[in-house]
Amino acid sequence: MAPERIVYLDNAASTPLCPEAVEAMAPLYRELYANPTGAHRMARDTRRGIDDARDVMAKALGSEPGEIVFTGGGTEGDNMAVVGRHMQVGGVTVCSAIEHHAVLEPVEHLGGRVVAVDAAGVIDLGALAAALDDSVTVVSVMLANNETGMVQPLGQVADVVRSSASNAVLHTDAVQAFPWLDVASLAADADLISVSAHKFGGPKGVGALVVREGVELSPLMLGGGQERGLRSGTHNAAGIAGMAAAAEVVLKSRAEQVERLAGLRDRLADGILTAVPNTVETGERSGKVAGSAHLCFEDIESEALLFLLEDAGVYASAASSCSSGAQDPSHVLAAMGYDRMLAGGSLRLSLGYETADADIDQALAVIPDAVARLRAYGKG
Amino acid sequence: MRVLAAMSGGVDSSVAAAMLAEQGHEVVGVTLKLWGGESDTGCCSVSDVEDARRVADLLGLQHHVFNFGDAFDQRVVAPYVDDHAVGLTPNPCIECNRHIKFDKLMVRAEALGFDVVATGHHARLEAAGTGFRVRRGVDEAKDQSYVLYMLGQEQMARLLLPIGHLTKAEVRERAAELGLRNSAKPDSQDVCFIANRAGGRQGFLSRRLGESPASVVDADGTELATVEAVQAVTIGQRRGLNLGGTDEPRYVTDVDIAAGRVTVGRRDDLYTPAQDVTDIQWADGEVDGPVDVQVSAHGTPVVGVVDQSDRVVWAEPQRRVAPGQAVVFYQGDLVVGGAVAA
Repeated sequence: MAPERIVYLDNAASTPLCPEAVEAMAPLYRELYANPTGAHRMARDTRRGIDDARDVMAKALGSEPGEIVFTGGGTEGDNMAVVGRHMQVGGVTVCSAIEHHAVLEPVEHLGGRVVAVDAAGVIDLGALAAALDDSVTVVSVMLANNETGMVQPLGQVADVVRSSASNAVLHTDAVQAFPWLDVASLAADADLISVSAHKFGGPKGVGALVVREGVELSPLMLGGGQERGLRSGTHNAAGIAGMAAAAEVVLKSRAEQVERLAGLRDRLADGILTAVPNTVETGERSGKVAGSAHLCFEDIESEALLFLLEDAGVYASAASSCSSGAQDPSHVLAAMGYDRMLAGGSLRLSLGYETADADIDQALAVIPDAVARLRAYGKG
Repeated sequence: MRVLAAMSGGVDSSVAAAMLAEQGHEVVGVTLKLWGGESDTGCCSVSDVEDARRVADLLGLQHHVFNFGDAFDQRVVAPYVDDHAVGLTPNPCIECNRHIKFDKLMVRAEALGFDVVATGHHARLEAAGTGFRVRRGVDEAKDQSYVLYMLGQEQMARLLLPIGHLTKAEVRERAAELGLRNSAKPDSQDVCFIANRAGGRQGFLSRRLGESPASVVDADGTELATVEAVQAVTIGQRRGLNLGGTDEPRYVTDVDIAAGRVTVGRRDDLYTPAQDVTDIQWADGEVDGPVDVQVSAHGTPVVGVVDQSDRVVWAEPQRRVAPGQAVVFYQGDLVVGGAVAA
């Protein structure tokens, strides 16, 4: 039987499209369908939508409009930064052990260095310094982690990179951070910043990469030379406009939403910690983005818990999902030193701008019971 | 009933799920991700998960993927390797049934509120005596009762085997009628976690165990040849012994891993009046007197008596069974018990 009400607490995976984005996108599908690089009036009007979006994204990310490269999403931006930099100048790539796979896989593929984090899931600056030298050409450290929500000290990371790796540029994956943090100021010292629209109320399949003036990157795809030659291919005009509209909503309401949702998140996490014994909250609450609650339950397997939560109308996730849809063990929790058994009982509850009080009520009514039921049956 | 249908992406389990849904049960499909190691060609590859998901979509069933990779590695793959290291020839499908499908999955199903688990095995379950029994599937050539001998009464009470009364041809027909995309998909073969490329079983074992060479000797101890990997040699084996041409076929009659020695002999040397076994298990109480004994997945049953000293005493001498293989006891079509060859 289907539950009456759905509680969506998986906003770190993807968010609902905000009405402003829908409104911004519709005309670019219906009326302004020209190729924006064309020579006629409709093409120019389409192009204007992209240029307006570029101005918005520049403001949102603290860059010049000419430093914005529109991408096909977070993974593409991350790859462009790491692989594009390596293709252009060679050298050694470096990232933290808790990066999204979109950074970690390229760095490992290129034989790069992976830097440890502490037990709270924050990059170890000493280990970072030790991993750096003049052979390093790109360092990638995310602004906020997608599983734990832990914010990384990017300013200090930048200082270490400047002093220990004179040839390196600093990239930050700000995909998870953008709905919650003032990326423009926190990533001011980064040379490359990637974001993804669908994590903040925009559509899937579109993102932006800030490439600061003077940073040399090689494109990953060759073609018509759009986006300063860095991202060939016809622009996803509607998607870009939708992303900008969603970014404007974030800029306008972020402070208020962060305050409201941090309160709901605290009520949710504290409620679970109170009701469910043998539960560990990962990281440190004060160091997390406002929408993120991440817990590990002893003697629980996440898959079974997620199944029962779904039955009760609560949609959440554990670690990252593999391409088959199965839950894979978390590399983030492993890097933080969690043993595999405890890490196997993780639950990520990620709130979004549409999360309401009633959602938290329902989650709190469901989660402790589900955990208790599974524990009563032993590990299934 | 609320049914959790194990769906491998193959035609049998797809039709099993479809039939239960047709009968009005509330069916949820689940595909087990068991192995992401050296092979992605086995029973749990991404493309099989996709097949299962698309079949579930067509049937209007919810579909989930459970990652049992850790348990599979611990309970099936690691013991498979360890057994070979000490000269046993294990049957990993049976261990997977014992520990994964009919233990871990069943426990989880119960915890998640399911009444029963269903699989697409070619075998039947029926009430007999005071409990349930596994009965051979209707399709003799496809019968899988041998790999289900380990089912206990509690498990049988919580299991459905919907296609056991259909032949494979009938299953494929049903699949085609339902418009299932996998109606003509070939049957799975061999051990799911071992890819045929990369040297098959021997390559897999060599990578895990290293290769220990061994002498191949005759009954008098005269060295006839050497083999590269003693761990991959099995009692009764005839090929791959580097013997060249011999007057009459030679068979492996003994494998001594510690001594690095494989003994070969004539076909007759393989025959024995009784077979030692361990881990005897009865479906519903011990059976006195003769039973039909089957020692491989599709072997022909022969008559024997399970005595009190853990032996199967054959009516006529039989070939020795490779240690580690399942020895399954039948009365007619019914599985009454089983054991492991010692």
